[in-house]
Amino acid sequence: MSAVTVHNLVKTYASGGKRATDDVSLEVADGEFLVLVGPSGCGKTTLLRMVAGLETPDSGTVSIGGRDVTDLPARQRGLSMVFQSYAIFPHMKVRQNIGFGLMMRKVPKEEFDRRVKRAAELLQLGEFLDRYPAQLSGGQRQRVAVARAIVVDAAVLLMDEPLSNLDALLRLQFRAELKRIVSQIGTTTLYVTHDQAEAMSLGDRVAVMRDGKVAQIGAPLEVYDRPADRFVGGFLGSPPMNFLTATVRDGSLVIGDVSLPAPDLLSTWEGHEVVVGVRAENIQVSEEPAPGWVPAQVEVVEPTGAALLLTARLGEAQLKIQAPATFPAGPDQQVHLRPAPKALRFYDPSTGLALAVDQGLGGRVGRRVTP
Amino acid sequence: MPRRRARIPAAVLLIAPSLVVMTALFAWPLVVGVGQAFSGPDGPTLAYARRMLDDPYFWPAVRNTALLIVVLIPVQFAFALTMALLLRERPRFAGFHFYVWVIPLAISDLAAGLVWLSVFADRGYLNSVLDHLGVDGVAWLSYQNTATMFLAVVVAELWRSTSLVLVIVVAGLQGIPKDYDEAAAVFGATYRQRLRHVVLPQLRPSLQVALILRTILALETFAVAQALTGRSLPLLVGETYQWYNVLQNPNVATAIALVVLAVSMLAAAGYLRLLRDRTVTQ
Amino acid sequence: MSARRRWERAAIQAACVAITLFMGVPLYLIALAALSSRDSLNQFPLPLLPTDPSTETMSTFLQSTGVTGGFINSLTVGLGTVVLALLVGVPAGYAVARYAFRGKDTYQLILLLTRALPIVVLSVPLARIFLDTGLYDTTYAVMLLHTALALPTTVLITAAIFVGVSHEQEEAAMIFGASPLQAFLRVVAPQALPGIAAAAMFAFMLSWNEVLGATVLTLNQRTLPAQVLTTLADSPLAYRFAGGLALVLPALVFIAVMRRYLLNMWGTTLR
Repeated sequence: MSAVTVHNLVKTYASGGKRATDDVSLEVADGEFLVLVGPSGCGKTTLLRMVAGLETPDSGTVSIGGRDVTDLPARQRGLSMVFQSYAIFPHMKVRQNIGFGLMMRKVPKEEFDRRVKRAAELLQLGEFLDRYPAQLSGGQRQRVAVARAIVVDAAVLLMDEPLSNLDALLRLQFRAELKRIVSQIGTTTLYVTHDQAEAMSLGDRVAVMRDGKVAQIGAPLEVYDRPADRFVGGFLGSPPMNFLTATVRDGSLVIGDVSLPAPDLLSTWEGHEVVVGVRAENIQVSEEPAPGWVPAQVEVVEPTGAALLLTARLGEAQLKIQAPATFPAGPDQQVHLRPAPKALRFYDPSTGLALAVDQGLGGRVGRRVTP
Repeated sequence: MPRRRARIPAAVLLIAPSLVVMTALFAWPLVVGVGQAFSGPDGPTLAYARRMLDDPYFWPAVRNTALLIVVLIPVQFAFALTMALLLRERPRFAGFHFYVWVIPLAISDLAAGLVWLSVFADRGYLNSVLDHLGVDGVAWLSYQNTATMFLAVVVAELWRSTSLVLVIVVAGLQGIPKDYDEAAAVFGATYRQRLRHVVLPQLRPSLQVALILRTILALETFAVAQALTGRSLPLLVGETYQWYNVLQNPNVATAIALVVLAVSMLAAAGYLRLLRDRTVTQ
Repeated sequence: MSARRRWERAAIQAACVAITLFMGVPLYLIALAALSSRDSLNQFPLPLLPTDPSTETMSTFLQSTGVTGGFINSLTVGLGTVVLALLVGVPAGYAVARYAFRGKDTYQLILLLTRALPIVVLSVPLARIFLDTGLYDTTYAVMLLHTALALPTTVLITAAIFVGVSHEQEEAAMIFGASPLQAFLRVVAPQALPGIAAAAMFAFMLSWNEVLGATVLTLNQRTLPAQVLTTLADSPLAYRFAGGLALVLPALVFIAVMRRYLLNMWGTTLR
């Protein structure tokens, strides 16, 4: 059993006085891959470092496999880690780098060789074992850092933005490889990144952090599909979720000159403003007007190859719409839009929290259904 | 609430030995020194200070030291800047030139004095060359020729201590991104204009530090003059040496040392002030 | 290349050569003088080429009273200074590089200020203190003074070196089972070693070159420069030239070895 439990962790740095993590609690189940994602300064790295034992919390506890390790130094916590800068040792050959943890544990020679070799092969480093890090490319150094982390068979694997120093193409490649390796070894993994695409693609669950707190935690698609607040919707996904202000009037949602049928859950918001959230791919677009479709003005057209990303103006609001790659659109053209009714999400304009979900899925349900 | 590990102030443990050493060997001697200079067997006294001021060598030493600084420092900075700018043009054998130019960094002032003694001595190399050329030699280091004696000390010091300014300036130049200079050139600035408006302003922090360091070190000039002229060209620190080693009077020696210290501190403070003011008004 | 540009290049080359001659010729001359026989030094005009090389002048110098002892004392003091300055300075440099602690700015300011303290201000009172404690006229006394003088630079240099070894490497070592001391010894120390060696050479050179303090603090246990200085007035020119060369030679080696570090140390770290 090597679940990681973080309980009410508070950490304040001397400078600034703001809480880096503000009473954070979460649990990583045994064998689970949890990704902490958020903008820089949200406290995700601090949280990871407290789990690692590189940072001492002001209050709260960290347990690994049911054992309270809050007061243990890093080396006694039985975990391993991949660092953002890789932190491989330039004065040691790849072999010594990968085997560093084994050497510290005084593993016998034959076993050392066997395990280092296996880890090196898993990461395609077999032929580089006798080189120094300076003779390797950035991607290869990254592989050394990962090999060093998995060779020790630690109960918990921590990764701090391990892909952020790779160039875009390599990052994409290695991301998939990392996912394969981690699922092969089945270690409990806590992974920090600021890249929402990385978080979505890697995690069994993702925890979106903001200002030292966990804004939402859940399976990637669930968090993507049903953001618990406007921040999460705006942070996850590229392009971010569109937000429009609408008024509920006579059972309809009124956005500027147009109105759409309002779902039942908005009945208590009659006469009030709500924020409507909708993803770019959930808006249908057509050249021809039709009843129930809303006219909008195209401002920018960005082909991405697989699709066409339109920026359109709808009254006061600007919308991102994902159109088929073949859609014939140019700037200043009039198009007609229709959001998929089931894909609309509603947020309280004053708190930014989701109002409710129409199906009883997990995640955080809007706590306030009446204004 | 679980108990936290006691925070061991590792940093304090690590710097403590250095604090002990510095207190014992910097602060304590300073206190003792003030005591030596201003207290005699019968309590506080200005007798040593008066004796220092009445000494016929004291004021010439002050004058010579001041003159040395006033003449040496500007020449030295111009020399170092020239050297650094020459290196910046990437001449052939730049590495070799630089090596030769910085050798004096590691040469003591006593050794420098002895090196130049071989040049300026009555029967030394300079007069030998003059003789080869059919010109009469000059008694460069004779106590009657104060001017040539002073010149010899300035040349020897220029030779020895310019390398310090040079490395500071070269390091400073390396820290200036080439983009600025290139941008100025693209916009039509001449070499002189680029120097005046781009390079020198960015070099200023380096020059400031070099100026303070060199002024303080020039105040301490001593063994060069000792090796070249003996006591014929008295300098302040040389007088301390005389009073201590030859006249065996540590009290007056300390009094002179404190004068050197005071002037050093004044120089440092003055420069910092001056340069800060200029930064503010710019 | 335009004619004007070509002329400029030639002028630059010529200026470099001229400066190199100014810096280099005196070194040649002192070597020439020290490696001439006593007879040829008595000639006038002096020969400008090594027509009559001889070790007579050097060996006479080396056999003079106090010179061998001075050599040994200089070496003892220099090595002792290196050991003491590193023992005290390396931990402090590590602390400055790695920790944020209260008073750190003040500490660094004091380090810089002490570099502005004239040696002469320390030497005379220290002689008093050492007389009282029985250290006067020992190599230990000079060693302590030189340690104090070398300490601020040692701290500053080693701090710069430790900053260059990323803290994440130490953290990685600790994650993988190393204690803080093991992490330092296995990960930081090997990488910092060349820089620490440079700091050591710097301390040695400072000690080797320091004259005034060594003269004030000793009577019989003179270091080489102190010995040369105190006997200067009563010695023949040949002795002084030989002494000059003996003092200059280590400098040539030192600069040759330290070329890589010169700009970083004097140019940046220590300014």
